[in-house]
Amino acid sequence: MTPANAVVVETVPHAETPEEISRPPTTFEVLRDRLFRRATLAVAWFTVLLVFLLVGRIGWVALPQIQAYGLKFLIGTTWDVNREQFGILPAIFGTLYSSLLGLAIGTFFGLAIAIFLSEGFLATGLDGIISYLGLGENRLWSVLPARLEDLLRLIIELLAAIPSVVYGLWGIFVVIPYIRPPANWLHAHLGWIPIFSTGLSGPGLFPASVVLAIMVLPTISAISRDALVGVPPKIREAAYGIGATRWEAILAIFIPTAASGIFGAVILGFGRALGETMALAMLAGNANVISTSLFSPANTLAALLANHFPEADRIEVGALMYAALVLLTITLVVNIFGTIILQRADATLKGLR
Amino acid sequence: MASLSEIRKAVQDEVDLPSLERSLRRPRTLFSAMMSFTTGAATLAAMFPLFSVLYLLIKRGSAAINLAAFSELPPAAMMTGGGFGNAIVGTLVIVIIATVISIPVGIFGAIYIAEFGPETKTAAAVRFSAKVLTGLPSIIAGVFAFATVVILTGGFSAPAGGVALSLLMIPTILLTAEEAIKRVPARMREAAIGMGATPSQVVSQIIVPTAAPGILTGIMLAIARAAGETAPLLFTSLFSDFWASGTAPYFLPKTIDDLMKPTASLAVLIYNFSGSPFDNQVAMAWAAALTLVVIVLLTNIAGQVLSRRSAG
Repeated sequence: MTPANAVVVETVPHAETPEEISRPPTTFEVLRDRLFRRATLAVAWFTVLLVFLLVGRIGWVALPQIQAYGLKFLIGTTWDVNREQFGILPAIFGTLYSSLLGLAIGTFFGLAIAIFLSEGFLATGLDGIISYLGLGENRLWSVLPARLEDLLRLIIELLAAIPSVVYGLWGIFVVIPYIRPPANWLHAHLGWIPIFSTGLSGPGLFPASVVLAIMVLPTISAISRDALVGVPPKIREAAYGIGATRWEAILAIFIPTAASGIFGAVILGFGRALGETMALAMLAGNANVISTSLFSPANTLAALLANHFPEADRIEVGALMYAALVLLTITLVVNIFGTIILQRADATLKGLR
Repeated sequence: MASLSEIRKAVQDEVDLPSLERSLRRPRTLFSAMMSFTTGAATLAAMFPLFSVLYLLIKRGSAAINLAAFSELPPAAMMTGGGFGNAIVGTLVIVIIATVISIPVGIFGAIYIAEFGPETKTAAAVRFSAKVLTGLPSIIAGVFAFATVVILTGGFSAPAGGVALSLLMIPTILLTAEEAIKRVPARMREAAIGMGATPSQVVSQIIVPTAAPGILTGIMLAIARAAGETAPLLFTSLFSDFWASGTAPYFLPKTIDDLMKPTASLAVLIYNFSGSPFDNQVAMAWAAALTLVVIVLLTNIAGQVLSRRSAG
């Protein structure tokens, strides 16, 4: 039936009967299918269970200490293994202080990057440079901004990829030596201001917060960029249409529209900062003091765990478990809050479209 | 009908054209220009740490890198020479253990929430838990592994570190695998079902192979992150100044006992040596940091290249 010159393309292995192409599954296959689906369901539940297991197991090991110290643990200010006195108020204070400071710096830079990468600054800037240099028309110019934007995003992502212990090493040998002279100058001349009330002798809160800022910056910039890019084009065009300058449009229209997304990004960044360990263990100074000074050594919950756990005896391990439970509770609350805000923000933006 | 030049003249009479030109003397424009400048400057400033870190790593790290660095044991105080061979092997062993645990959990979980029950309450709960686990402080993963593996087995070990790292890898693998599976075209799924394949045959023979590059991206990114983690290893695998095995080849752990003892890792070595007063140990820390960053960045970039491929 096929013409002599037709090319026969065999798409399926040669089949004689319809059953060889398709047939109902055998009993064995049906059973295996059920088993496989059950297995995936079980594994899926396991990940949910993991969260409860995490809280439950750490709580269980910490239980004797929770019963022994109760809430006194949260307001105590000494950590003395020999006298079995354990209090984590300085660590809680240091955690919040360093995280908020790091978050403030990180948010400023993260948001600046997000705006820079989402509002076409690169294209305008390059356009200006090209016309100023009189380079004229070239097909390359039209793809250059997008390529550069990709490159910048890759660099920011790589910022997140560097291990925190390497940032700690960098902080010890770069940040602290560079910050020390201006910090001590500020202390000498403006020492009456509470935040400059001590000098920087080495490790301290401020260098730790600077490194912390670098570590939360990629989280904040990536999520807020997504939120800004998600601002519907019609809102964007309407803002420019009524004659707003670029920054009037950004500050009065785009940022408020993307506000919940940006807020979610900041909250998730806060969660990261609270739990970040190595930079603080290496740079904060591991000192149980409560000081308003930026340059005073400090301690955080995560750094306390990192510094004391490896050599802890049984009683101290219990106390450390209690401290871990406190840290876990704080970060879980912050993260759940941030995740919910981001989900809401997504829904709002979808509604605007 | 008025000619074009007549219209232009009329407009010039009516409208003060220079006032419509863009000028920095106007406060609105000036403010906008200043903000643009600040934003650009802040973006540039934020790149500085990355380049500073990379520059120092190359400058100080490469000074101490030689063959001995990869093949010898960590130097004690006051000693010269030495290396971190056992830490490289240890990092590999711990990361492999973590990967072996987290790949099945992540992929099976992803298959359920993307394929078998995407709209179910279970899927919503899994997605939410995974997102919450993404933000889990890494040190808490270490505390959990301590509270379970270390306390139950009675000592620090490589598997304890592996369990801690797997907690951090599972959510990444799960969420990226879900996205990859969702991107598989519906017509492929339907064609397979039309040929009488059971849902699990569709998944194992069509969906997973098609989504493989995307899934692999997630795995690579998770490995890159885990390899650089220090906090979860500090009190789970601890550190060791010795090779894993007592018999040649010494670097290779051969028995369960070889695994069930404190294990060195690059990250913990950097931490331990970073505060050392001895120049040789500090130099080792920089060399180890360079090695670790090269491993982490290569894995990370490989993962991202894969993801561009699979998206395109």
